[in-house]
Amino acid sequence: MNCIIIDDEEMARAILSQFISKNTDLVIDGEFSNAMGAIKYLNQNETDLIFLDIHMPDFTGFDFIQTIKNPPKIILVTSDKNFAIEAFEYECIVDYLVKPITHDRFIKAIQKANTPGSNSIPKEVKKQAEDNKNEFYVNIDRRLIKIEIPSVTIVEAKGDYIHIKTEHKNYIVHSTLKKIEDKLPPDLFLKVHRSYIINTKKIIDIEDNSVLIGKDVIPVSRSNRPELMKRLNLL
Amino acid sequence: MEEANMTYINELSGDNIEFKNKIISILKTELPDEIQQYNHHKKQADFAQMQQIVHKLKHKITVLGLEKSYYLAEEYESNLKNNTTELQIDFENVLEIMQEFVIQL
Repeated sequence: MNCIIIDDEEMARAILSQFISKNTDLVIDGEFSNAMGAIKYLNQNETDLIFLDIHMPDFTGFDFIQTIKNPPKIILVTSDKNFAIEAFEYECIVDYLVKPITHDRFIKAIQKANTPGSNSIPKEVKKQAEDNKNEFYVNIDRRLIKIEIPSVTIVEAKGDYIHIKTEHKNYIVHSTLKKIEDKLPPDLFLKVHRSYIINTKKIIDIEDNSVLIGKDVIPVSRSNRPELMKRLNLL
Repeated sequence: MEEANMTYINELSGDNIEFKNKIISILKTELPDEIQQYNHHKKQADFAQMQQIVHKLKHKITVLGLEKSYYLAEEYESNLKNNTTELQIDFENVLEIMQEFVIQL
């Protein structure tokens, strides 16, 4: 089997190349520091497997996959420990590796690539990404604390901090409402006021300009009320 | 403060001195180059480009065994995405640790 490596970082290419030559019979046909070089190569050559960095300037790994016709098997390589859900949309992706790559994880990925018909992300990898979707970490006093997303009831902006209320515990985190909004699933959470995001599943009742969540009465601004009403399963 | 180390590189290299020297040589050229790019984009207040470089540097941070600093870099990367430079000083301290360590290799 032949393979190519696409990564804008020379050190990442060198490390991958070392893993490949030490542990597999794969022949490395080319190493590319950008997607364009690899596209040109693939226009004239074929390969069986691509090690592809997702995060490259100008042209990302996903842009690359969309550009090439009949992509071969691909193992994604990423520095993000929170793996991109987007990868599940592509049948050609057989696995992904988080940098810095470890020996055991590399071997597992190669086994996936060698399994006939293994053109989909393995179940355990999907589960890991689903878990990432259901939790996030906050930095409090240099400790990273896990918060289960479905347990969050209210997030309130308080100056330079946000107050995260969950069913079990409350947290004060140095962050912004915008940053946490990006981490929360939009189908479950809604910004109802410039200082409040709520979990819409936790609403007990609604009055004109407020909602009741647990024992907290949360103001709803006029501009956000229509979106809130749309979310409700009204009789 | 966390200290950089060679654990990952040593494990990866085993008794392959040639490979180890190659990685050190790449670190010695690529790290200062990336830091220079980071400083250049910082001067221009180009947060998007700064974010790109911080993302790239995350790999070297973990390769040098700076596990906690990885999370700091990740948060700083997210801050830059949201157009704030919060954690800049902490992140630049990590760069300094890496630079000093790599110079001595």
